[in-house]
Amino acid sequence: MNESIDIRETGSRTGRPLLEIKDLAITFATSNGDVNAVRNAHLTIMPGETVAIVGESGSGKSTTALAAIGLLPGNGRVSAGQIFFDGEDIAHASEKRMIELRGNSIGMVPQDPMSNLNPVWRIGYQVKETLKANGLPSGPEDVAKVLTEAGLPDAARRAKQYPHEFSGGMRQRALIAIGLSCQPRLLIADEPTSALDVTVQRQILDHLDKMTSELGTAVLLITHDLGLAAERADKVVVMYRGQVVEAGPSLELLRNPQHPYTKRLVNSAPSLASRRIQVAKDRGLESSDLLTSDDVVVEKSKPAEVLQIENLSKVFKLRSGFARSTDFTAVDDVSFSIKRGTTTAIVGESGSGKSTVAQMVLNLLKPTSGRIVFDGVDTSTLNTKDIFKFRRRVQPIFQDPYGSLDPMYSIFRTIEEPLRVHKIGDAASREKKVRELLDQVSLPQSTMKRYPNELSGGQRQRVAIARALALDPEVIICDEAVSALDVLVQAQVLNLLAELQSRLGLTYLFITHDLAVVRQIADHVCVMEKGKLVETGTTDDVFDSPQRDYTKALLNAIPGATLMLPPEVA
Amino acid sequence: MTPDNNPNRPGETPGTTRSLEHFVAEVAETPLQAVDQVKEESAPLSLWGEAWKNLRKQPLFLISAFLILVVALVSLFPGLFSPINPATEACQLSSSNGPATAGHPLGFTKQGCDVYARMIFGAQASVTVGLFTTLGVLLIGGIVGSIAGYYGGWIDAVLARINDIFFALPLILGAIVLIQVPYFRANRNPWTLVVILVVFGWPQIARITRGAVIEVRNADFVTAARSLGVSKFSALVRHVLPNSLAPIIVVATISLGTFIVAEATLSFLGIGLPPSVMSWGNDIQAAQSSLRSNPLPLLYPAIALSITVLSFIMLGDALRDALDPKARKR
Amino acid sequence: MTTYILKRFLQVIPVFLGATLLVYFLVFSLPGDPIAALFGDRPVNEAVAAQLRKQYNLDQPFWIQYLLYLKSIFTFDLGLDFSGRPIAAVLGEVFPVTARLAVMALIFEGFFGILFGLIAGLRKGKIFDATVLVASLIVIGIPIFVLGFVLQFFIGVQLGWAKPTVSAGASVQDLILPAIVLGLGSFAYVLRLTRTSVLENMNADYVRTATAKGLSRSRVVRVHILRNSLIPVITFLGADLGALMGGAIVTEGIFNIPGVGQRLYRAVLSGEGPTVVSIVTVLVLIYVVSNLLVDLLYAWLDPRIRYDS
Repeated sequence: MNESIDIRETGSRTGRPLLEIKDLAITFATSNGDVNAVRNAHLTIMPGETVAIVGESGSGKSTTALAAIGLLPGNGRVSAGQIFFDGEDIAHASEKRMIELRGNSIGMVPQDPMSNLNPVWRIGYQVKETLKANGLPSGPEDVAKVLTEAGLPDAARRAKQYPHEFSGGMRQRALIAIGLSCQPRLLIADEPTSALDVTVQRQILDHLDKMTSELGTAVLLITHDLGLAAERADKVVVMYRGQVVEAGPSLELLRNPQHPYTKRLVNSAPSLASRRIQVAKDRGLESSDLLTSDDVVVEKSKPAEVLQIENLSKVFKLRSGFARSTDFTAVDDVSFSIKRGTTTAIVGESGSGKSTVAQMVLNLLKPTSGRIVFDGVDTSTLNTKDIFKFRRRVQPIFQDPYGSLDPMYSIFRTIEEPLRVHKIGDAASREKKVRELLDQVSLPQSTMKRYPNELSGGQRQRVAIARALALDPEVIICDEAVSALDVLVQAQVLNLLAELQSRLGLTYLFITHDLAVVRQIADHVCVMEKGKLVETGTTDDVFDSPQRDYTKALLNAIPGATLMLPPEVA
Repeated sequence: MTPDNNPNRPGETPGTTRSLEHFVAEVAETPLQAVDQVKEESAPLSLWGEAWKNLRKQPLFLISAFLILVVALVSLFPGLFSPINPATEACQLSSSNGPATAGHPLGFTKQGCDVYARMIFGAQASVTVGLFTTLGVLLIGGIVGSIAGYYGGWIDAVLARINDIFFALPLILGAIVLIQVPYFRANRNPWTLVVILVVFGWPQIARITRGAVIEVRNADFVTAARSLGVSKFSALVRHVLPNSLAPIIVVATISLGTFIVAEATLSFLGIGLPPSVMSWGNDIQAAQSSLRSNPLPLLYPAIALSITVLSFIMLGDALRDALDPKARKR
Repeated sequence: MTTYILKRFLQVIPVFLGATLLVYFLVFSLPGDPIAALFGDRPVNEAVAAQLRKQYNLDQPFWIQYLLYLKSIFTFDLGLDFSGRPIAAVLGEVFPVTARLAVMALIFEGFFGILFGLIAGLRKGKIFDATVLVASLIVIGIPIFVLGFVLQFFIGVQLGWAKPTVSAGASVQDLILPAIVLGLGSFAYVLRLTRTSVLENMNADYVRTATAKGLSRSRVVRVHILRNSLIPVITFLGADLGALMGGAIVTEGIFNIPGVGQRLYRAVLSGEGPTVVSIVTVLVLIYVVSNLLVDLLYAWLDPRIRYDS
């Protein structure tokens, strides 16, 4: 321990970087030949410094980090360049040397807390074997100490539990405990919190910050979120298509992006945007890459309340043990209403009941009590025929772009299905309609011959939007419709939704966990917590003067929210 | 973590200033691409099209498909492969256990029958039983499994228990019990054998179908179809079943081999097809007594049987690789 | 955990009752007269037939027959077979032989299947993996009676390394070759299952994390890859015991082993309904109990199951 501090200090005194990646290239052998995942990457981390790599999925950010700890997948290899760790080139180090370095010199906190702990061993055992492998004392009290330091309460008892008895946040704490247990000099944190709820995310990141600064650990943070990177790191490295396109001090890079890709990223980052998309568009600030619109605003003569939710509740019977069941109230006395042509967002963390509300509004789930009034009619009173008609008017868009399209159906069949089911038009007119719909969502008409597996996530989501629009609905329920998408694609889809709304006069009910998205798209917000509606209001009111602590906590948890004001306001 | 509150930051060293410089890559090096552009160059490819493309490259598939084609031809037109029809030409005891001669390439059995001709003509019974049993279990197991998996609840619970009951009796054991029932004893022919094998063979397909249906039934595209106004049953037929087919096809292909073995095993035990029906199992049974003196009449039908079964198992394996849901995610 | 055990136990009861009912129904209630069948081609002696019907309760309604039969199982008073020996005694004679054979086969398939599967999985795509994969396909493809004859002929007759047929006592040494024949099919299956499972776990996130912690390769393989891969394999092995005992009929025939399969086979050929039902019932019982044990073993191996109620 003392020795390592000495080394650290010598390192910093001589100004030698702890990690230096030079001209790194990483190649994957695939069935279609070699693929270059990373080219000419370079990066420097000084002792104790936090550096973030930001990029979209497939940008090579994780691959670069994994190369630094010698954990590239079997078909990947470093094909050029060097990785210096404290002056030693480890790009082609032996496995034996890497095992020596891992744990006590280079630690790792992985991305998904659900899959990174071995489900068959107790948490304590998984901490203990780490300590033991790195030659540190590994008695029960040492294990408990490591877990306590990572912010896990009641560590001695928790150590005896299995991963599935932990919540996601607790698992991530255990993984942080493991990653830092041997006091490494460099910690690689690969999207350490992206699988967690925002409030938990903030707590965990705060704690990680505290621990690494106390220990003087340098951190290589991998993230897709520019706001988070800027908030947490001294230096940001932006990667795009396997290359480093820009690197520099966080705030400077954010305020003064030079490379066009970084500019694009800064413009689209939801956590940094603070205006509803339509406003930005009217001001002509929209990036040229984003979809443009004709600005045809359909004026509704009377903005009537198209949906009224009154005292809605849903109780599930959970089977607990043998022939017993306990009631679980997923939605508890929720009331709100939606005006025609506006967007209402329901925000909440996992388990808040927001998706259950969506299912009930879609008439896919029966409410336990309360009413849903659509266009003046209580939807629970509808008979089969009326429900069929109701379905034409209220359409969903779901979260998972890989799951929401039938993989066996061509895009044409997918978009045509609602027309066929409702027996609208003949074959020729339906094909014409499908072509129009593809135009509306800015997909080339040739897409209709393709299959979902040939499209990207964002494109699939646009197909799902086209399908939802096929029946000319009045209300669209978006259940986490953009959550699975990369930032730029997300911005593109959000713009498309905003544009369609202004052109077609659509009403949106937007279910999301991401407050940053709410700010971009919604007029009204309903905040849900544990099945209850805790706050409602216009988006501006809720964001500017939140009334409830929970809402405040949610707002504070948006990474980068306090970091800077957008240029047009500043 | 801001620079101010980090005690360990060596801010005063000259090295750090170097590391904090602002680097911008040449734009030409990594030209910007439009966000999320549709690739239009390649031809559209459906999932089945993709699977077929993968299959065509697999040696395992090519070999097994060729062998199955040969077996199918032999079973349909045995006369093309053997000039001698053992059903019409009586065996001659004079050539009992005789060696290979011209026109009789594989020699004779103990009863003096042509081993080659019997091997060719024996294919039909084995393949018939295997094929129709597979169709039968697909029909029953498919319906039971998809209803149980799709509707869930008490229907699933009841069907699952019935399934378990049949699972408690392994295929051969169950078949043996059923075969000794007087009715089946009196009517031994390929069709009763098919019925017997279907009775104890359907639970496996039911279990696989149920699992596959459960995996698909909660997919968002099913919910999306339901909210378009597609009825619950329509959604099963139009969306759930087509997407559950891959594992069912794989297991059914392998089962076809298994049922051919089951027929041969029962015939070998003397309780399958009657001796009057030519089949590989019966030939192996007949050759058993003279194994030590003349093993070849046992060996040849055994080889034919093994190759047939093996080709179905290999085909199933190749299909599994080509239809692997994990591989086709992207 | 208690809830889990209780639940599994309660699920076993309807399966056992259902399976025995099914067998009883198949043997005694389908069209045709099982007693008349006994006489084969000879004319039916009505007096003897009536007495037999009474002895096996066949003069009673079906439900009463079945209930009486259940009672006889639980009192272990299974009546006499058609040659006049108590069926219980017959079972006591044949079951130990088959159990010995099945357990030996299980040990063989478990040990070698897991060993080869692990090596193949860790060296995916290498020559050992490819060889073992092709070999296992061939073993699965060749029917057991063909394999049995081939091994009996070459190892037993030609090379003389083992006795081609088993002597009266069916000693462990005599049973080695038959056990290998009986276990070969499952061996290939265990091998493939282990291999698939190892491949899946090798790419699991927690294995990467374990490596990142600084563990040695051998520890990662033993503690994280192998341990997790064994869960489905051991589940299969447990359930296979019942299947091996029920499936021993062919192997016992080839090697002339005086076990359950042989006895069942003779009973089937001679149409001894009560003996058939008794033997199958015990086999079902073994299957059901071994499955129950597997479920408990599974809960022990995989902590996620234990707390799921």
